[in-house]
Amino acid sequence: MAVIRDVMPAFDLLQPNSVVDAQKLLQQHGADAWVMAGGLDSFDWLKDRIKKPKVVVDLSGIEELRGVREAGGGIEIGAMTTLSEVVNSPLVKQRFGLLAQGAELAASPQIRNQGTLGGNVSQDARCWYYRAGWPCYRAGGNICYADTPEGRNREHAILHADRCVAVNPSDSAPALIALDAKFVMQTPKGERVVDAEDYFIGPEIDITRLHILKPGDLLTAIRIPSTWAGAKFYFEKVRDRNAWDFPLLNVASAMVVSNGVIERMRIAVNGAAARPLRLKNVEDAVRGKPANAATGEMAGKLAVQGAIPLQFNAYKIPLMRNLVKRAIGGVEEATWVS
Amino acid sequence: MGFLEWATSPWGQHVPIHIAWFLIWVSAIAGLIFLMVHATYIRYFAKPRVFENNVSPLVAARIPERVPRHSLTARIFHWVMAAAMFTLLFTAFLPKVGVRFDWVTYHWIAGTVLTASILFHIIHASFFMDFWSIWPDRIDMRDARRRILRFFGKPAPPPDKFAKYPLENKLYHGAITVAGMSAIITGVFMMFRVRTIFFPRNPYLFSDMTWGLMYVLHGLAGVGLIALIMVHVYFGLRPEKRAITKSMIYGWMSKDFYLEEHDPARWPVADPAAPPSKNSEAKIEGVTDVG
Repeated sequence: MAVIRDVMPAFDLLQPNSVVDAQKLLQQHGADAWVMAGGLDSFDWLKDRIKKPKVVVDLSGIEELRGVREAGGGIEIGAMTTLSEVVNSPLVKQRFGLLAQGAELAASPQIRNQGTLGGNVSQDARCWYYRAGWPCYRAGGNICYADTPEGRNREHAILHADRCVAVNPSDSAPALIALDAKFVMQTPKGERVVDAEDYFIGPEIDITRLHILKPGDLLTAIRIPSTWAGAKFYFEKVRDRNAWDFPLLNVASAMVVSNGVIERMRIAVNGAAARPLRLKNVEDAVRGKPANAATGEMAGKLAVQGAIPLQFNAYKIPLMRNLVKRAIGGVEEATWVS
Repeated sequence: MGFLEWATSPWGQHVPIHIAWFLIWVSAIAGLIFLMVHATYIRYFAKPRVFENNVSPLVAARIPERVPRHSLTARIFHWVMAAAMFTLLFTAFLPKVGVRFDWVTYHWIAGTVLTASILFHIIHASFFMDFWSIWPDRIDMRDARRRILRFFGKPAPPPDKFAKYPLENKLYHGAITVAGMSAIITGVFMMFRVRTIFFPRNPYLFSDMTWGLMYVLHGLAGVGLIALIMVHVYFGLRPEKRAITKSMIYGWMSKDFYLEEHDPARWPVADPAAPPSKNSEAKIEGVTDVG
């Protein structure tokens, strides 16, 4: 199956320098076009010769897609802003440190210098059966090789699996959901703005994509409102190698606490399902409760309700339970429960 | 452009994975063309139907005003099956044409309902109904030949009136049986590939090639059903078939329609001991004009 080849399949490289031009090209070429941001996900696919687009639209020359700016009391981040720029942005660090934490834990410094925020939230699943080019559901086939008695599924989904059990690998996505970010897209019908959690879709809706972008659509910016600026943030990522790895699970939360009581909270996890999950039941359950280990314990149990482990990933259930617990009760107060 | 989608399995086999989805449109357009051609033919070109008149006035007089056609059980089966079939078609094909929703769960639940209803129907039809009434018989074949010859202007005696079901109805039943059973049998096995309440997933139940062929057969049956269901609904709505459609709701058809279309010798409904029905004389007069 997949064999790394240094020579990519031939394609036309198109390098627009404005969003308008990019949109025209994407609409002109439709499903034949591949949108390339930082190229870190794209080059894997292309060099493995698993994806063979006729046209690659390289967004790196579009200046208007870069940068962090203040907008409407919050901030707007261009989709082509690199993760390093996000991490080092004073605007992000001062007001929305949660995103800076999440982005900083993605990959390695070199990758963060090249990888973009738009690319990080739009990257494809990392299931190796899918990446190896096997004809699984996500690749348009009729089987999930990971969800079998002997399939290698240690990194796969424990929640909301539907035929495919791959997970979303983004570190910035749960932070953006916790911050109530809005994703701005240009579509053939005009500008479309969706809540961060609605940008992602599971296999039950579309088994071949992790997000709602269709051919011809372009993610241009991510807006973070001021609603959660300066809240109490928590981000934790668990991975096999701390130097550089995709998350086994991560959790991001924004919490407003008054006199030790949780006034409001948003919390999301990733690595548990094919889309980052906003834990709305947890948010509702902890409102008005003290921000302590007992509340965290209750929230953790609530978070994993309905989880179904595969052959080799049952560890993710206590892991997720404890991450949620720590996000609420704090690391100092939380005790590890296996 | 192939009719099937192919892939290379991890073992290097070139295997089919499913049908090409453009066949959805092929089937829908074919169904639509049939509808338009048939409607045009009936409206502008069809000659009045002529049947052999072999209904004796005595028999006709004993036909009840309301001729029972479908029992309550049969009607419930029909509409449950129809609801399941529509659910299956919409949940199968809407996502393929761009309407995104969580379709798999609804699909296998509807498939389960359809399977259960078909199993019931097989038992009910085999042991509690006239099993052979829906299958073409010798007279159907003879009359089909006569109708074709007369259609082309060749000399041939008029055909007999129909038994309980016209030949077209019987042929349609045969086609829907083949397509439906193909979809059901393959669908039951395909449930081993998704999480249901019935049995543990086992995607390795068959080889990749067998699975691929199963998906292909399921797909072909499914797209075939699109056209078949379109045709069925069309005939159900046609004015001259309305009495048959109403009988699937109320269970009976009128004596007039019965005598106009059906042969009491082939589909006996008269009670020999019953007295002639009300207004029978007038009806008999009308009946004799038909032939």
